[in-house]
Amino acid sequence: MTKAPIIVAEHLDKFFGDFQALSDVSLTVHQGERVVVCGPSGSGKSTLIRCFNGLESHDAGRLTVEGVELVPDSPKIRQLRQDVGMVFQQFNLFPHLSVLENLTIGPMKVRKLPKAEAEATARKYLDRVHIPEQAGKYPSQLSGGQQQRVAIARALCMEPRVMLFDEPTSALDPEMIGEVLDVMVELAGTGMTMVVVTHEMGFARKVADRMVFMEQGRIVEVAPPEKFFSAPESARAKLFLDQILEH
Amino acid sequence: MTLADTGRPAAPQRPWTAKRVLNARPVAVALYLVIVAAIVWASYAGAQRMGYNWQWYQVPKYFGSFTDDGFQPGEILFGLGATVLLSGLSFLLAVALGLLVALLRLSGLVVGRAVAVGYLELIRNIPLLVLLYLFYYVLGPIFGLDRWWASILTLAVFHAALISEILRAAINAVAQGQWEAASAIGMSRAQAYRWIILPQSVRFLLPPMTGEFIALIKSSAIVSVIAVAELTTIGRNIISDTFMSFEIWFTIAGVYLILTLVLSFGVSALERRLATRQ
Ligand SMILES: Nc1ncnc2c1ncn2[C@@H]1O[C@H](COP(=O)(O)OP(=O)(O)OP(=O)(O)O)[C@@H](O)[C@H]1O
Ligand SMILES: [Mg+2]
Repeated sequence: MTKAPIIVAEHLDKFFGDFQALSDVSLTVHQGERVVVCGPSGSGKSTLIRCFNGLESHDAGRLTVEGVELVPDSPKIRQLRQDVGMVFQQFNLFPHLSVLENLTIGPMKVRKLPKAEAEATARKYLDRVHIPEQAGKYPSQLSGGQQQRVAIARALCMEPRVMLFDEPTSALDPEMIGEVLDVMVELAGTGMTMVVVTHEMGFARKVADRMVFMEQGRIVEVAPPEKFFSAPESARAKLFLDQILEH
Repeated sequence: MTLADTGRPAAPQRPWTAKRVLNARPVAVALYLVIVAAIVWASYAGAQRMGYNWQWYQVPKYFGSFTDDGFQPGEILFGLGATVLLSGLSFLLAVALGLLVALLRLSGLVVGRAVAVGYLELIRNIPLLVLLYLFYYVLGPIFGLDRWWASILTLAVFHAALISEILRAAINAVAQGQWEAASAIGMSRAQAYRWIILPQSVRFLLPPMTGEFIALIKSSAIVSVIAVAELTTIGRNIISDTFMSFEIWFTIAGVYLILTLVLSFGVSALERRLATRQ
């Protein structure tokens, strides 16, 4: 029962100057699938998922998202980004806007929704991330965990078909990681297609359909979590798991 | 009673250094007054020696007078109004032009950068007075600019150069992540500027922009050379009628000073308001 492919990456290369950040990366993400990407620092995880919404442009290979090919600088990228939500490590909330305005600015300015409708959607998603009472505050008045949940709600307000997460919990104090992961688990429960870069292996075990392990710009291993955690094929993945499961 | 009884060690006695003495409040205030008094007295004594005939009592009527019809503003107030209008319009235009130049420089277009840099270099290397003559005597007849608009354009074009640098710095001061977050929700570059980047730049902008507005107000005095009826021109006119050059120049200087101080304090208050909100 294979579902429709949403993200299809074929043989992607990406260079920063002379440095090759991605080499020959191929990956297909299907509708409703949850893919967790892990790997050592500098292995190209962020670069890969940033390619998926055009924040980075690939130098070679082919990348299609929802059947639309991402050509660097093509005007279609903007259209596409509305369907691909992104959550950043550093939250990147808009500090000059209240929480509610953070959520409504995209729908109002990009999707041209009327204010009342945008606010209704915003409140729905604030409920979904369990902070309806913070609507009137400014981001700087919230804890890190609350800010990241607002960032998730902001992405959801665009009603995306895929959500990308780039280490959403690694800038958080340990006691706040759980509340963000809970929201992400609930989101997975709604059938959202998700690509998550994270080192939270508990989360990966719980929600991932597939684990992707990267090193030095390559995808070294793709496996279902049960197999990946118990018997990783590559020696490198094994070493990596030993290291991060140690602490 | 000895110190040991109180259980507290004595504060160490700081020596009375020269700096400490000079900075003690009463000494500082007294010194300040002495210096100001010395300057005033020296000018007054100098004027006295020249046989200058002080006529301060003549000055108030140039601010305005009370008649049966109520308060009638005098020439200085009209001049002040003209200076405020001239500076205000020039500043608005300078901000618009400066923003355009800043965006061109940040656009990543080779042509845009070249135009912006060429403009900056040109303006930086032409004296303001020559620029004014260019606008009034050369571009004026060509484009039908009167002295008022020639002045506004000169001031705007001159100050837009520095303003564009201020804007560029303020735009660059906004974190890169803000651009990414704006793009990630599908905003275009223009939308990101309008809704995300520029509003956040304001807080980096206010102090240097105030400084630039004050500089513009001061340089607006230069348009008196083409007889635009602003504060400095009015001063000159009054003097040519009355020969009270000392009183009038002190007065005109005072009016500029008050105008710029009011502006600075106003903006500081605004800044504090903005700071408490975020
Ligand atoms: N804009 C850039 N310019 C130059 N080099 C870059 C740039 N972005 C990333 N790189 C390099 O590309 C490599 C991959 O970076 P990437 O951020 O994708 O790694 P990562 O797997 O996400 O690592 P981390 O776990 O530290 O976030 C790194 O060596 C990084 O230094
Ligand atoms: Mg990364």
